[in-house]
Amino acid sequence: MALDDKPELEVRVFKIVGSRPIRPDGIDKVTGRARFGADMSAPGMLVGLVLRSPHAHARIRGIDTAKAEALPGVKAVVTSADFGEVSDDLRDILHNVMAHDKALYDGHAVAAVAASSASVAKRALALIEVDYEVLPHVTDVDEAMKLDAPVLHEGRSDETVPAGMSANIMHRFEYGHGDVEAGFAAADEVLERSFKTAATHQGYIEPHACLASMGPDGQADLWCCTQGHYMVRNTCAGLLGLDASQLKVTASEIGGGFGGKTTVFLEPVALALARKAGRPVKMVMSRDEVFRATGPTSSTSIDIKIGMKRDGTITAGWADLRYQGGAFQSSPVQFGAMACFAAYDLANVQAIGWDVVANRPKAAAYRAPGAPMGTYAVESVVDELCEKLGLDRLEVRLKNASRDGTKAAYGPRFGRIGLTATLEAAKAHPHYTAPLGPNQGRGVACGFWFNFGGDTCVSMSINNDGTVSLSEGNPDIGGSRAAMTMMAAEELGIPYERVRTTIADTSALGQNEVTDGSRVTFAVGLATIKAAREAITIMCGRAAKIWGIDEDAVFWEDGHAKPAGPNAGKFPPMSLAEIAAVASNTGGPIAGHHEVNAEGAGVSFATHLVDAEVDPETGAVKILRYTVFQDAGKAVHPAYVEGQFQGGAVQGIGWALNEEYIYGPDGRLQNPGFLDYRIPVASDLPMIDTVIIEVPNPGHPYGVRGVGETSIVPPLAAVANAVSAAAGVRLTELPMSPPKVLEAIDAAGD
Amino acid sequence: MVRVAIWGSLRAATGGRAEVEVEANNLRELLDRLAEAYPGIRPQIDRGISVSIDGLVYNDSWFTPIRPDSEVVLLPRIVGG
Amino acid sequence: MTQIHVSTKINGDAVEFLCEAQETLLDVLRDRLDLTGAKEGCSTGDCGACSVTVDGRLVCSCLMLGAEAEGREIATIEGMAAGEVLHPLQQKFLEHAALQCGICTPGILVAAEALLEKNPDPTETEVRYWLAGNLCRCTGYDKIVRAVMDAAEQMRGA
Repeated sequence: MALDDKPELEVRVFKIVGSRPIRPDGIDKVTGRARFGADMSAPGMLVGLVLRSPHAHARIRGIDTAKAEALPGVKAVVTSADFGEVSDDLRDILHNVMAHDKALYDGHAVAAVAASSASVAKRALALIEVDYEVLPHVTDVDEAMKLDAPVLHEGRSDETVPAGMSANIMHRFEYGHGDVEAGFAAADEVLERSFKTAATHQGYIEPHACLASMGPDGQADLWCCTQGHYMVRNTCAGLLGLDASQLKVTASEIGGGFGGKTTVFLEPVALALARKAGRPVKMVMSRDEVFRATGPTSSTSIDIKIGMKRDGTITAGWADLRYQGGAFQSSPVQFGAMACFAAYDLANVQAIGWDVVANRPKAAAYRAPGAPMGTYAVESVVDELCEKLGLDRLEVRLKNASRDGTKAAYGPRFGRIGLTATLEAAKAHPHYTAPLGPNQGRGVACGFWFNFGGDTCVSMSINNDGTVSLSEGNPDIGGSRAAMTMMAAEELGIPYERVRTTIADTSALGQNEVTDGSRVTFAVGLATIKAAREAITIMCGRAAKIWGIDEDAVFWEDGHAKPAGPNAGKFPPMSLAEIAAVASNTGGPIAGHHEVNAEGAGVSFATHLVDAEVDPETGAVKILRYTVFQDAGKAVHPAYVEGQFQGGAVQGIGWALNEEYIYGPDGRLQNPGFLDYRIPVASDLPMIDTVIIEVPNPGHPYGVRGVGETSIVPPLAAVANAVSAAAGVRLTELPMSPPKVLEAIDAAGD
Repeated sequence: MVRVAIWGSLRAATGGRAEVEVEANNLRELLDRLAEAYPGIRPQIDRGISVSIDGLVYNDSWFTPIRPDSEVVLLPRIVGG
Repeated sequence: MTQIHVSTKINGDAVEFLCEAQETLLDVLRDRLDLTGAKEGCSTGDCGACSVTVDGRLVCSCLMLGAEAEGREIATIEGMAAGEVLHPLQQKFLEHAALQCGICTPGILVAAEALLEKNPDPTETEVRYWLAGNLCRCTGYDKIVRAVMDAAEQMRGA
């Protein structure tokens, strides 16, 4: 149920929504008091460590754990033999968290131990003997699609894959409409280009960590950093053969996720160890393990063909996108294919996506999964066409832009959207016309991401002293508790400081979809508003009873129940605190709650502008200026909306310029650390300017659109366009690290 | 009858048609009728489908009403990060 | 494995602990002393989430052994506020929304405080280069830099 009770979006003057109060969990975070995944301990706790394959591809002929088990201090050793049969939909997850008959990537977990200390656990790992039969491996997506490539899994290609293709191709996706050939024929200029992007990691600073305990009665507790503790509960229950009610999961504060913590890695293993050892087990990944064995996003190989008329009209767009999703079918190629042309109103469009497996860790979601890569490729070709035809980049995008009612490239008709608002804002902004110096270039790109809603439960208690306790089930990765508190206070008409929002554990609320898909401010906000309105209805009822009038004759305003109509003025208003104080006398404790599968989320568009400078001697790139224009629908807490814009843009800058997974010829990851996997640091960047556009989403009472993901979609393209302009040569591979830029400049100079 | 847009790689199951018609009042009926009429679509439905109804995306909400003049588009199950 | 007895000072308090030879100062702070404010992001000195000061010098506690704390004065994030009164840097971080997930925040605050001790009037560039050893993945550093500059200005005025 998405639409508000009222048929039209309320024109409303907000008192709290739109302001910038201090976030409720802020003090704990600036004092070091906040407890993250690795900050918990339990009496009798053991340390758990994982033994990982040093081979990119190997059959596991046997694992001998006897010596490890005999080591004093070792309390449990587990392998895949300790997990039973699971349903098909859990099979890949299980075989990823603990290798089954094959090690499929460097770092794949093959066994785990729980011991009395880290040093004993380390020694125990060294005593586990694994008999590997090393197999040939493949890490490149195009190589993996060849018929002679080493095969990871036989017979898993689904019905969409044409016969006679490599068994590493799991799925073929295609969408589109119109006639692209006719479209190309009608164009004055047709460009066909190929692009490659390297795999990148979400790069959260907090490694995965959890603390698991299980009693002899099968009741289990799990503390972990995750984007979705309900997902963790359901998945672990499935993998360990538990009922959901037997496993209580508490979400710690989370030190970054960006999609990488929407699945499980250590948690089922920790539970299996805790069950076997009969003691709590704490597991914390090292940074090396995070890179090698969690869920980076796909490396890609993409072909794009776009036709444009001299006046800038795009007549056809075609894309072939090949993404490898690691060792199990996981790539986001479908979303890449759907999102890459979304900013354009096209009569003729076709996108084909190939979901390929390779000997790399199983991909997990990374902020707008799949979209940045496809968008990079499309926006690069649009940019080159503009250059060739001497057209203004923003004008061409405005000319072809998706608008309200446009049939999206991926099928549905858009409702109210804000793309043109972001383009107009960019056009009017001083950044767009600021002068550029030598070796400097400006890049423009647009981006898009779907938002969605999903299962959401919220419970709101009105405490006897008139304060409010709000319980929700979505780990806070971006400051969402502040937004919920604001929306609750806004609806109830009480000060922000009188509401406290907590993330409840899985025993306290019904199912909550993970914190992803830019869904929390939209869905949890919607549920919070409805829970507040339910509480208000109850409180009005109590006031009515006290006054001896009809319930319909009471309304809520500014935090007070007030008599209406003929009774207006007869009774002084009753504040929330006054009603709460007599709750027990008037029927019992007062609470509002709301459970919903929230649907009807809007989509969010953005335009990014970036200026870059290239050093022609070293190939180094400096980002000089960056401005984000993105539609937020309604910015509940503008500072946190700006924060999402800035954070996504900077992840995109890193992806464009420096970040990449580097595999050696032996299939092993060569740079599993922050020294050589180079994410942006403070000295790499200028201030990131932000312009919040607000085109309200009709599906949310306040017009909120999710913003967390769209901001990573344009930067790869915008930066590539800026660097290409600055260097005088088109860069078609990411990252555009100094050696690559230099190579391109030198090649063009020849 | 409701008109449903089918994406490219699913059209192999509908005899190449980009748009099909089924009798359905809600999302559950829509997916059931589609699977009955075009059994080749069932594997994808099992893998996960999102349905766009008049521009809004729905996952699994069986009783979401669909009117005869609704614009219905099948999409792969959308996941975020 | 024989444990080493260490006497040191942490946030002004005399502290004694036992640790194994290979344990880092970070391990000791977190696992032996319950001072979990310093975080382990990489254990190779690249991310700065474990930043503390040792005798006033900014250090990655993952690169120092626990035993090396003998006779020294360690300052961690837990000692930054004076009881209930936040340090201006902490206050400015809250006001500027200079944190999202907060995992890098303790390290960045310790590093920023060390900067302002040394240089009370840094330029934006100086702030950025000083903090280059503290990785943040959420914020893009914009609001962090603004908060540090604003705190510096307030501290100069006070």
